[in-house]
Parts: sequence; structure tokens; C-alpha cells
Amino acid sequence: MEALVAIAIGLLTATGLYLILRQRTFPLVVGLSLVSYAVNLFLFASGRLAAGVPPIIDKAASGYTDPLPQALVLTAIVISFGMTAVIVIMALGAWFTGGDDHTDFSDGASGEGASGDRDA
Amino acid sequence: MTHWIIAPVVLPALLAPLLLFLRHDLTLQRILGLAGSLALLGLSLALLSQSAQGPALYRLGDWPAPFGIVLVLDRLSALMLALTATLALVVQAYAIATGWDARGKHFHALYLFQLMGLNGAFLTADLFNLFVFFEVLLIASYGLMVHGGGRDRLRAGIQYVAFNLIGSTLFLFALGALYAVTGTLNMADLAVKVAALPVGDHALIRATAVMLIGVFAIKGALVPLQFWLPGTYANAPGPVAALFAIMTKVGAYAILRTTTLIFPQGTPAIGPLLADLLLPAAALTLVAGAIGTLGARSLPRLAALAGLASIGTLFLAIAAQTPQATGAALYYLIHSTLATAALFLIVDQIASRRSPAIASGPRLAGHGLLAALFFASAIALSGLPPLSGFIGKLLILNALRDAPWLWAVILTTSFLMILGFSRAGSTLFWNTGAEASAKPPEPAAIAAIATLLGLLALLTVLAGPATLWLQGAAQDLGAPQAYIDANRLGAI
Repeated sequence: MEALVAIAIGLLTATGLYLILRQRTFPLVVGLSLVSYAVNLFLFASGRLAAGVPPIIDKAASGYTDPLPQALVLTAIVISFGMTAVIVIMALGAWFTGGDDHTDFSDGASGEGASGDRDA
Repeated sequence: MTHWIIAPVVLPALLAPLLLFLRHDLTLQRILGLAGSLALLGLSLALLSQSAQGPALYRLGDWPAPFGIVLVLDRLSALMLALTATLALVVQAYAIATGWDARGKHFHALYLFQLMGLNGAFLTADLFNLFVFFEVLLIASYGLMVHGGGRDRLRAGIQYVAFNLIGSTLFLFALGALYAVTGTLNMADLAVKVAALPVGDHALIRATAVMLIGVFAIKGALVPLQFWLPGTYANAPGPVAALFAIMTKVGAYAILRTTTLIFPQGTPAIGPLLADLLLPAAALTLVAGAIGTLGARSLPRLAALAGLASIGTLFLAIAAQTPQATGAALYYLIHSTLATAALFLIVDQIASRRSPAIASGPRLAGHGLLAALFFASAIALSGLPPLSGFIGKLLILNALRDAPWLWAVILTTSFLMILGFSRAGSTLFWNTGAEASAKPPEPAAIAAIATLLGLLALLTVLAGPATLWLQGAAQDLGAPQAYIDANRLGAI
């Protein structure tokens, strides 16, 4: 089971990083999601992998699994969900105002024009 | 147990949602926002005076330390709280004076959420809680960064968000590994457990320490993890960029906290590993920032890169890991935050009235005043007397006496920054055309900038007592036993 989980985390991370480096907003969002899945699995595994045992007190239980990583994963899932929503909205905003979905300033403009646009 | 310790987190957390309901009433938003910042300043000053009595503990839900989350107020946390509140109040006043806050509906709410995240990050004594507060301050900063909108700002915003999301993921990987090795995430408990780690776990904890410091280096924008900074700061609204001067210092604070508490040089598992990594990175950051100021073609980018150089100087002192160097680092941290913020505000004043490019342009209304303020902040950031940058660099040089190559780096880069600022200043203010009919600078905005510069002057005049107090704080960091004892680990 350890080898399977390790390979899954590694594959998810590698795929996610590859997609992030594609420099387009849609692959970027998918890649970030994959990397956050990988880290959720990793956090889950940090409390040691145990099958078929409960995380909370149970008189009939033969052993326990660590409940803390599960709480950490839950927090991490909620946060990454919110962050994905934010970056999707910003990517849509950039698409509608800019007309393309590149994440870099590939057209030579380095920005800064935006700083001078205050209502005079 | 005093409940005041959590007030800097609770106050903005309660006030910000209230402001969301007042989205159509800008005046009320402004009044409540300013009142919130003012109250935060009062609170943090009270906590600053309380922190002299040693580290104080606050248990959330009254759960004892390694099991529950605790906040610990020590001198460093109190200093960072006071610095944040001071900067926040001035920058907020500037945003109101220039009307920046009217360009979106939720400026003040986001601003308060940002302060909540910052205050929480400075107070918490639990690493996972630090991650949560990092996310709070980041998600607010995403909103502030794209405040006002515009194509370039949104695109720079996506880069900023993506970079920080990758950083957050790395943070979680580091936390997971740390928990797997030690079985705890409380900082004081980690300090005890890491120091007593069996030899077999040393390799794992070293990898974890480097990952964790790497995350903080992303926040602190250390080379080679600085790529998000110039684009973000140059495209963010002026007042937001000024507030972000404290954001990189969150990375500096976290590195200072973890390297003194959890991974000190004396720990057998760590040794000089982190110092060996941080020192060259800091030197490269300083060099990159200084060369950048010389080569910058637009004014916001010049300010961003000058800020980057000051971060490099700060991290040089942090990486030395001696109490004397840490004291110098704290002095320079205050200076660098205020000076960078002042420069961003002045740049906003200039760039909102003409093209932001460093090229000849029309003569602006209030020409002499803007030139004088730009000159003063350039002096402060490049470290010339009489302002506090000079004293800060002097303290750092004094603390780094046994590393002559660092003297060469600091002094050469100071010279490069002077050249960069002179080039920009002479092009902007001497190579001007006819008087333009742009509106004159808002008096309240100028007053905000003057306040920041006045604080720098105060930091210079009171350098004696300030360095004495900061040396005390640095001594506390160098001897973390009091901080660990304050957590009362395992005591119910």
C-alpha cells in the first residue's frame, strides 16, 4: 500500500507541475488542482497508513489511526477549493479584459501601464 | 490569562464582514476602516509594552499547548504587530486621500482581512495555524492586488496567485513531512523534539527544514524565488504595493522564528545547513535588486526592485544567526518596511499624473515637493545618511565583521542603488517639458508620505534606545527557552 500511495502522489505532482508550466490559464488551474490532490494524499499518509481502524474512540477497535492528519487534510481541501475559485475568477477576468489566456507577458508588455490609470 | 492577545485577530475578523454589508456606503466604510486600523494601532502598542514582561501564552479554547493551538506574544511578535498597524493606518489614510479605495467596492473589507491574516501569522505558535493565516493574508492580498482591475493588473495577479498557490502546496508538503517525523506541529514542541531527534531521522528533517525555509523564501522573495515580486508590486495599486512592503517581511519573520526556535545552528540534525543556503541567496537578492534599480525602465518597477534589494540586505543579517546580527536585522526590518512603503506611495503620486516610464515628461504640479519626497525616500532606501537606512546598514556591517566579501557586496550594491536612483530622479525631475495642467498632489496624501518619512527620521533620532530594545528582543530569540517554557507543554 505504501508503494502505491507514494507512486500516486509522485504521479499527481509530476502531472500537476507539467500542466502548471504550460503557461496557459486552464492547464494552470487543472495543474494546481492535481498538485493539491497530491498534497492532500501526502498529508493523509503523514499519520501512517492504516486500513480498517477508526480515528476516534471505539471500544471494539483493535487499534487507531491518527485523526490529526485527517483534520489537516480537511482544512487543506477547504482552502485549496477557495483558492481554485479565486484563480478561476481572475483567469476569466484576464480572458475577458485581455482576450487571451497566457499567464506571462509574452507580447512584450511588462505591465506597469496599469499603475498610471488612476482617475485624474 | 489575558484575552487581549487575540484581539488583533478578532477585531478585523469581526469588522471586515460588517464592511461587506456596507458595500454601497463608502463614507461609512472609510470611517469604520480607519477606526479599525486606529484601534489595531492602539492594541498593538499596548501589547508592545506588555511584551517586555516576557512571552505570554494564549490558549485557543483553553486547550493545552501541544494538543490545542496556542498564540504566543513575545517581543518580536509585538514589534511586528506594531509595525503592521502603523504602516496600515498611514497607507489606508493615503488610499482614502487619493480615492484609490473608491475604485472597487470592497477595498476596506479586504484591507482588514489582510491585517487579520498578518496579525495572526505574527502571533501564532503553531505551524499549521501559521499556514492558515498565510492563506488568509494571501487570499485578501489577491483581492487587493487586482483592486481597480485592468488587463495588466489581472495578468500579473494570476502570476502572483499561481506562484503563491505553489508555495502553499510546498508548505503543506513540509508540514506533512514535519508531522510524520516529529508527531507535532506546535513550534515549541517541535523545538524540543527536533533537538532530540535520533540520527536515523536527520536526513528527513533536513529535507523538511529546507522545504519550509523555501516556502518562507518565496514569501520573502529571495533569489531564486523572487520572480513573482517585480511584476506584482509594479502592477499592484500604489497603496496596495506600499502595504505589501510588510508582506515580504512576513517571510523574514517566519524564517527568523523557525531558524531561532526550531532549527537553530546548535541542533545536531541541522547544523549550519540553513545559514549556508540563506547567505548566498540573500547576497544574490541584494545584487539582483541593485542591478535592477539601475536597469529599471519604469518607476513602479524601480521601487519594486529597490524593495527587493532591501530584502536582500535584511536576509544577509538574518542568515548570520548571531544575536548581534539579529538585532541589526530587526532595526533594518523596521526601516526597510517604512522606506519601501514611502517610495511606493511617492511613485504612485508621480505615476498617476504622467507616464510611469522613466523618461522625460511634462513638469508636474507640485514639482518641487514631489522631487524632495522622492529624494528623501531614495536616500533612505539606498542607505545614505542622515536617515535610518544608513544606521541600519552600519549595524549590519558591524555584525558581519568577519565576512569581508559581504562588506564588498553591501557597499557596492549601495553605490549601484544610488546610481539607479540618481538616474531615475534626474530624468524625471530635471529633464521636464512645459508645465502640465495635472491636478496638484492631495495634501492628505503628501501628509501620509511625510508621516512615513517622519517615522524614519524618528527611528534615526531614537536609534540608541531602539537598538537597545531590539538587541533585547534578539537576545530573547537567541535563547528560546523562555518562549518554549511559556507554552507550558503538556500542563493542563
